[in-house]
Amino acid sequence: MERKTNGSRRAILSGFLVTGMAFLSVTADVAWAEYGDVVINNQSDQAGMRPPIFPHWFHRIRFRCKVCHADLGFKFQAGGNKINMLKIIDGEFCGACHNGEVAWTVDNCDVCHSGKPGTPTQVHGSTVQQLLGTQKPSPKQ
Amino acid sequence: MKRLFATTLLGAALLVSSWTPLPTADAEGTGQGSALQFNRLMRSKEDRNPPQARDGIHDPANEGTNLLQTPQEAFAGLPQSPAGNYVNWVEALAKGAITPRYDRLNPNEEAVVFDLDIVREVKGTMPDVVYPHDRHTMWLDCSNCHPDIFVPEKGKNQISMAQILMGQKCGVCHGKVAFPVAECRRCHSKKKGGDPGTPPEAAAKK
Ligand code: HEC
Ligand code: HEC
Ligand code: HEC
Ligand code: HEC
Ligand code: HEC
Ligand code: HEC
Repeated sequence: MERKTNGSRRAILSGFLVTGMAFLSVTADVAWAEYGDVVINNQSDQAGMRPPIFPHWFHRIRFRCKVCHADLGFKFQAGGNKINMLKIIDGEFCGACHNGEVAWTVDNCDVCHSGKPGTPTQVHGSTVQQLLGTQKPSPKQ
Repeated sequence: MKRLFATTLLGAALLVSSWTPLPTADAEGTGQGSALQFNRLMRSKEDRNPPQARDGIHDPANEGTNLLQTPQEAFAGLPQSPAGNYVNWVEALAKGAITPRYDRLNPNEEAVVFDLDIVREVKGTMPDVVYPHDRHTMWLDCSNCHPDIFVPEKGKNQISMAQILMGQKCGVCHGKVAFPVAECRRCHSKKKGGDPGTPPEAAAKK
């Protein structure tokens, strides 16, 4: 569904796009999710699984950034950590906690794999996403 | 040319900071989405922190989706802010409203806090930027910023609003997970020296 776009905003945005930054041209039908929610979809679509969604707000109530981004080695890049299920069951990445000791175990597949199929890798609500206009109004729920 | 680009970016940012997508014309509720609706571009307060089942990225048909805690439930009672998660995480931590672990296993490990403010003078009318190490090292490790994002030497790093908006420098976190760019005054917090009436060019020469 297309929304009418204010002319000046379109002008500014297209000026911006012309500068060659239109690397994120995927359009997702999303608009509402919580700021900082990360969708990871490097392999899930091909594997026939819903993409997992990592909620920053939920985890930062329980852990400082340092635990994941320094101690566990998560790089600051959505989709940039080459996470897969083998690494998780071997105790890396999400598996450092979702192991039945710190948090519930990996057999709860659909609590992580809860995204709409086809949702691309992204940090929801990021400035970059909004500037490039990839955050579109949501379809009717 | 570079300045023009930066200005365009800043303009876009200002629009973006107040613009959030709207429900489509046939959304529920009277007046919502009609041509004469009062706030055309700004998101209404009721639409903040929506439950996962209707946030647009979670699949409502998935059973696990209904097991998730909703943001509104988690944020009840936390200090508020005007953007991002609409939570002031700095205050929430300082007041003890949340007690996030600094170690994966040991809930009693204390953060190594480093107290050093760095003031970055800003050209033009905007107040100077104060970068506080203390409120960052409460959450982060030195290695999260040094040396990959910032060389640890005052003034050695080129930082501009354009970079921040594109997700670089401060924008690696601010605009993604930490409070977003829309909250200008949390960074631009130091009043400039000189009389309030001084034109910016004169102030810059001082
Ligand atoms: C429980 C673990 C965990 C905690 C705690 C955590 N993060 Fe993350 N963070 C992640 C994961 C997982 C990703 C996505 C990585 C991926 O997709 O490979 C991520 C991605 C990011 C990104 C990259 C976004 C981009 O540009 O693509 C940033 C920035 C970030 N986190 C900042 C923070 C900050 C700031 C905090 C503290 C307030 C924090 N994180 C706390 C796990 C965590
Ligand atoms: C703690 C969160 C979490 C849980 C629980 C979880 N996964 Fe995953 N899974 C992930 C992440 C993160 C990825 C990487 C996604 C990507 O890159 O697309 C992934 C990727 C996958 C993939 C594609 C890559 C691969 O390794 O083959 C499959 C298939 C998969 N998961 C199946 C499952 C199944 C089946 C379960 C339940 C037994 C499960 N997952 C439970 C987080 C989880
Ligand atoms: C540092 C530890 C840690 C890491 C790493 C971690 N989690 Fe979690 N996670 C937790 C804890 C603790 C909970 C709460 C468990 C409970 O409710 O019993 C949780 C809960 C969740 C929830 C459910 C939130 C809710 O509403 O109840 C999801 C979804 C989730 N994690 C996804 C992930 C994914 C995906 C990853 C990897 C990309 C990940 N987590 C990595 C500790 C972690
Ligand atoms: C969130 C990012 C971030 C973190 C985390 C961080 N720093 Fe910094 N640091 C900065 C910035 C920004 C500057 C200023 C650089 C400039 O002005 O160009 C700086 C400057 C410095 C300087 C130079 C001060 C001077 O007067 O020249 C030192 C030393 C330093 N940091 C040490 C640390 C130590 C030690 C830690 C961990 C306890 C740490 N930093 C954590 C962002 C960070
Ligand atoms: C590695 C991630 C990261 C980087 C890079 C970063 N910050 Fe932060 N910053 C945070 C987090 C996390 C907080 C805690 C508040 C929050 O999450 O909203 C914070 C808080 C702050 C605060 C405290 C606000 C208050 O209310 O007291 C200021 C000011 C600030 N940042 C400015 C900056 C500036 C300026 C830069 C660039 C020089 C920068 N930050 C770079 C993660 C980061
Ligand atoms: C995360 C912290 C942060 C936030 C939030 C922030 N700024 Fe900045 N701003 C900076 C830093 C750092 C600089 C560079 C200062 C320097 O030159 O060292 C800067 C520079 C500027 C400049 C000077 C031109 C330039 O690009 O360097 C202007 C104008 C400006 N900011 C306006 C704004 C406005 C308007 C907002 C709110 C929409 C805002 N800033 C929000 C950190 C921030």
